[in-house]
Amino acid sequence: MTAPSDGPLLSLRGVGKRFGPVTALSNVDLTVRAGEIHALLGENGAGKSTLIKVLTGVHERSEGEMFFAGQAIHPRSPKDAERAGISTVYQEVNLLPGLSVAENLLLGRQPGRAGFVNWGGVRRHAREALARLGLDIDVDAELGTLSVALQQMVAIARALDLKARLLILDEPTASLDEKEVAELFRIMRRLRSEGMAMIFVTHFLDQVYAVTDRITVLRNGTLVGEYLTQDLPRLALVSKMIGREVNDMAGRAADLPPPDDSAPAVVEARGLERRGAIQPIDLMLRRGEVTGLAGLLGSGRTETARLLFGIDRPDGGEIRVRGEAAKIQSARDAVRLGLAFCSEDRKGEGILPNLSIRENLILALQAKQGVWKTVQRSEQEALCRHYIEALRIKTPDAETPIKNLSGGNQQKVLLARWLATRPELIILDEPTRGIDIGARAEIEALIGRLRADGLAVLLISSEIEEIARNSTRVVVLRERRRTGSVEGDAITPPALMRAMAGASEGGAS
Amino acid sequence: MSKSKSLSPVWWPLIGLAVLVAVNLALNPAFLNVTVLDGRLYGLPIDILNQGARGLVLALGMTLVIATGGVDLSVGSVMAAAGALAAVLLAEGHGLAVALTAGLGVGLLAGAANGLLVARFGIQPIVATLILMVVGRGAAQLMTNGEVVVIKNDAFAFVGNGTVFGFPFAPLLAIALFVAAQLFLRRTASGLFIEAVGDNETAARFAGLGAARVKGLVYVICGLCAGLAGLMAAANIRAADSYRMGENMELDAIFAVVVGGTALTGGRFLLLGSFIGALLLQTLTTTMYNLGVPPAVAPVPKAVLILVVCLLQSEHARRWAVSLVKGGKK
Repeated sequence: MTAPSDGPLLSLRGVGKRFGPVTALSNVDLTVRAGEIHALLGENGAGKSTLIKVLTGVHERSEGEMFFAGQAIHPRSPKDAERAGISTVYQEVNLLPGLSVAENLLLGRQPGRAGFVNWGGVRRHAREALARLGLDIDVDAELGTLSVALQQMVAIARALDLKARLLILDEPTASLDEKEVAELFRIMRRLRSEGMAMIFVTHFLDQVYAVTDRITVLRNGTLVGEYLTQDLPRLALVSKMIGREVNDMAGRAADLPPPDDSAPAVVEARGLERRGAIQPIDLMLRRGEVTGLAGLLGSGRTETARLLFGIDRPDGGEIRVRGEAAKIQSARDAVRLGLAFCSEDRKGEGILPNLSIRENLILALQAKQGVWKTVQRSEQEALCRHYIEALRIKTPDAETPIKNLSGGNQQKVLLARWLATRPELIILDEPTRGIDIGARAEIEALIGRLRADGLAVLLISSEIEEIARNSTRVVVLRERRRTGSVEGDAITPPALMRAMAGASEGGAS
Repeated sequence: MSKSKSLSPVWWPLIGLAVLVAVNLALNPAFLNVTVLDGRLYGLPIDILNQGARGLVLALGMTLVIATGGVDLSVGSVMAAAGALAAVLLAEGHGLAVALTAGLGVGLLAGAANGLLVARFGIQPIVATLILMVVGRGAAQLMTNGEVVVIKNDAFAFVGNGTVFGFPFAPLLAIALFVAAQLFLRRTASGLFIEAVGDNETAARFAGLGAARVKGLVYVICGLCAGLAGLMAAANIRAADSYRMGENMELDAIFAVVVGGTALTGGRFLLLGSFIGALLLQTLTTTMYNLGVPPAVAPVPKAVLILVVCLLQSEHARRWAVSLVKGGKK
């Protein structure tokens, strides 16, 4: 690694990007120094993605200047940027899952001669590249069989091997658990000490304060400012991101009623189990209550939801809907029984990317009604108008492909998809993951309204505070087993944390 | 620079068709002439429609299969099997109804088999339908003992050769099927379901769609289309030639769909595009036939035309072409 000079490694001056009449980015400055971890923050739609795409040559900038290592650059493709020394690691690793770790590391530049690959050399080189990060990964393993965290590490190793001097980490922690995040940070700090410059995009403010040196905040495609992390209080940061003051988010919703044991159960699970997913579990999901499902990553939260919704088949136990034994063998069955399930995997299990907002929105309702009972076009449009307004979905119109929306707005469309079916139980799996603070508050408010309207809500979230703020009861899972429950005012983040970690069950009473 | 409103993909095959017609007119000013003889229309456009009817019917079924992200390679062989069975039954003295039912039955069974393999057992569509592509033609040859079976039934011949008020029956039938399909797919939710499964099958299933059912059904429809096309082919030449019937028709059908603007990756489909695409291919075939291009060479211009239309549809290629032109002016 070359010694960091005094001048910044990367310097953007007045960069802008227009798509036709739409201005996505305007007059943005960004300065990143060698040996620095630089947070790039902003709500969805702030222009972070566009800025990164300009940096990496996916988009060409419409105006402004860009200097890298003292030279004006103009990357026209990610490969171009990579050659210049700018590499990117995405949340969803864009390597080839079907190939081995070693192949991925050396893709496109395998050592060898005359078209014959020297596989021994490939493996050796790969092992060395990983060792540089202190990683011990089997280089012959198929990349897709590794955890997302390890895949990202491989991507980072690849970037280093390509002699990257600036590493862009685009929401790398979105699907990592705490230990994996710690490991990633260890590597980031190590790289920092070696003089690597890093741009770190994340939605988790804790992580910003844990690992970054400077922060650049964007809002609505323009620069808000650059700050030293240690000098910027958290509340100030949040208000800069959303452009308004926020209330203390930690408080419990004021109007949360006490748990009501007489409320009828919409769905009841008895001894529901599936090998390798969840040990026999009892659940009582009552009308007008939000039941939180708390637990660490891998504790069996999503697995439980999938069993309830008929995505996976249980090995034992039963599900009762409105007091009667129900046979739920597919999502189709579940939908027809009045259940709804908003998956945590918005992209894979939620949106139909190329179809319009309207088509995405009415899909579950139409599936519930069947192919013959068509939702009339006028009714479809009325539903769209209603939900676009009620959930404040930001879109030019209902015919826009959903992939053009920001993550938060896509999530709102998916919520609308399920609300349109008038469900009695709605399962929300990480409903606020990867979306901005404003939309997050709106979705939490929506959860409160649904509860008040008499729906049963099952809320799954990695954020303990989110569970604590919104739940009337909490069921705690640990290592694929129900380990306890907390009710009413006893639901506090420390109590949940203790239960999840298995420290002591005493926190509840 | 103002963002140009993206043209509907239907325009590109339409432009291709227009160019082809213009070229034909230049070579043969009488190309579009249609005459009436004995109360029946004659002329090259009528020939194109008449010969193109089978390709149209195949393209209809293929569009739906491709929209779900699949493909059906067996349609050509299923045509042969359907046509052969109908011819054999007619030769044995059975009536029109039996022959028609049997031909469509072959298509239905083939489609159900494909659908079962793809939707129920999760076999890749190319592999699953390849099986029937091989088996179907084999069955056709078995039924006819490898010989050409001549059809003497006039009522049956009407399916491929008849006229209604002077207009050939086969293309009328194809057009009627397209209209009916368009109405059905867009008036009911079936079109949305097919596109949803093609765009993101997992998400569609999570939303409560019977994704496997949808996938199975499109293969059944495609098989039925192939069966009908087989009947039309046999009726058109009043014979069933199990070797030649439907040969390479699966490729034509796939080309028609792709040229028509439906992506092989599934999702959005364009029935009208497939219709125009199939007409485009048939116009080209007829053109070459009339220009005396030997059949062995005929696939080459066909491939070139397909390439051109596909490039026209690619935004990348269009941008590249535009930049080339602009660069040249500097």
